[in-house]
Amino acid sequence: MTGLTPKLAVKKLDFYYGHFHALKNINLDIYEGKVTAFIGPSGCGKSTLLRTFNRMYGLYPKQRAEGEINMNGRNLLDSDVDLNMLRAKVGMVFQKPTPFPMSIYDNIAFGVKLYENLSKPDMDDRVEWALQKAALWNEAKDKLKQSGLGLSGGQQQRLCIARAVAVKPEVLLLDEPTSALDPISTAHIEELVHELKQDYTIAIVTHNMQQAARVSDYTAYMYLGELIEVGQTDGIFTTPQKKATEDYITGKFG
Amino acid sequence: MTPPQSQEQRLKRQRVQDRLFRGSTQFFAFLVLALLAGIIISLFIGAMPAIKHFGLGFITGTDWNPVTEQFGGWNSITGTLLSSFIALLIGVPVSFGIAIFLTELSPVWLRRPLGMAIELLAGVPSIIYGMWGLFVFAPWFADNIQPTLAEATVNIPLIGALFQGPPMGIGMFTAGLILSIMVIPFIASVMRDVFEIVPAMLKESAYGLGCTTWEVVWNVVLPYTKNGVIGGVMLGLGRALGETMAVTFVIGNAHSGISSLFDPATSIAATLANEFTEATGELHTASLIELGMLLFVITFVVLSLSKLLLLRLEKSEGSNT
Repeated sequence: MTGLTPKLAVKKLDFYYGHFHALKNINLDIYEGKVTAFIGPSGCGKSTLLRTFNRMYGLYPKQRAEGEINMNGRNLLDSDVDLNMLRAKVGMVFQKPTPFPMSIYDNIAFGVKLYENLSKPDMDDRVEWALQKAALWNEAKDKLKQSGLGLSGGQQQRLCIARAVAVKPEVLLLDEPTSALDPISTAHIEELVHELKQDYTIAIVTHNMQQAARVSDYTAYMYLGELIEVGQTDGIFTTPQKKATEDYITGKFG
Repeated sequence: MTPPQSQEQRLKRQRVQDRLFRGSTQFFAFLVLALLAGIIISLFIGAMPAIKHFGLGFITGTDWNPVTEQFGGWNSITGTLLSSFIALLIGVPVSFGIAIFLTELSPVWLRRPLGMAIELLAGVPSIIYGMWGLFVFAPWFADNIQPTLAEATVNIPLIGALFQGPPMGIGMFTAGLILSIMVIPFIASVMRDVFEIVPAMLKESAYGLGCTTWEVVWNVVLPYTKNGVIGGVMLGLGRALGETMAVTFVIGNAHSGISSLFDPATSIAATLANEFTEATGELHTASLIELGMLLFVITFVVLSLSKLLLLRLEKSEGSNT
């Protein structure tokens, strides 16, 4: 594994929902410019892990994380980390499309305006750039002023990806991004993940093992809050080291 | 009886029951319309003598003198609109703050007791607000707030004039203030209810971009719930426009025009409550009824305007197709 730099280095991470111990001693590197997929049965902690990377759990008072997640030489679990700047660097896309109740243009410009003061032509360029990145430009260029809610489900999800990309994050978190989409839209998003990994580090949670095999470079299998096995996707799917992983990916369990 | 026949009979009976049910619900629904029409028509008939005598001058006339039988509703009408406007001006931001705190910022254990307190506040009878306003709030307001406010604003052009005059406690401003306290629980609880239905994932998406709580609320929660929020404000406005007892206690009941918000004034509802029992002449009674009719019209216009506002908002957000 030479030439790989860990973008996110997770060390001894524990996570609690109140008294429930949801993540147990997670140690893992997420490499720069690669796609890392998290698989495992429902409730195993994949999404929980993803939500520690941008500290989304902090919105809820009873949730807390202990341990280290190092990014750019800083432990982002430190209490003095600026959450807004962290979330500018670590973008997130959710299970369901969540366009904001505003026009397509504003959906994208909204996040950019939080950090940058762009002139109108620059903002136009940025919006176009982000929509191009999300492969939505051709479909959306004639209706930028229309509501984002008027797009189809798959388009809405690509709008959400464009929105996340527009602020130029370093890491993209995709939390089951295709679970509410039809197969064609799913294929679109998967292609997109391929394109985007050239510029971003991507962590994706998925219920769909074929999807993990198709889009990811690394795969992590989780079960009941523990990281069972992590490695290159080819290896995990062809020669898993642990019996539990093999059972899951061959469908004997899960 | 053979089975097929009995089944046919049963079906027939069900059809009759269905028709009866449909008919009776329809009757109740139309009963509301009939009541509404009946009220409008009887107001109109009752107001006829005043309408014939004063014409449109009734609306713009500023004289209200039962002795000379000269009646003009201008001061009452503007009093109603102004006191309600003050109530919303104070009540809407406060309610918004309450709703935001309850849904986004408050610790979980505090949400229920605070929410219940607000609902209890909505249940306080208006006469209590009136008594409290007159006996407790107005004297305190006259002693402590009015002189300070008058002094602080005296040199500001335009605004200064609004807060001058003798500190009597009662008057337009006090009425608006008491009204705002009365509408806050309504607006706040509607806002809280609609803020609660915003999907957590939508809010998380905004937080995920790095928004502060304020940015999430202002740019995502509020646009998402705008119909409900405007509905809540209109509910409050409806209550403020028609509120009678509390306003009658504290507005001062003076039919003269006001030059300062501290001046005693009157509103349509307060005028009606004060004068109906004493109205002897036909023209006086008819004028009061015409005022009531105008209150009806104002409420209707305000509600229609809010619908128009919603339509405009929807357009500016971009069409959905």
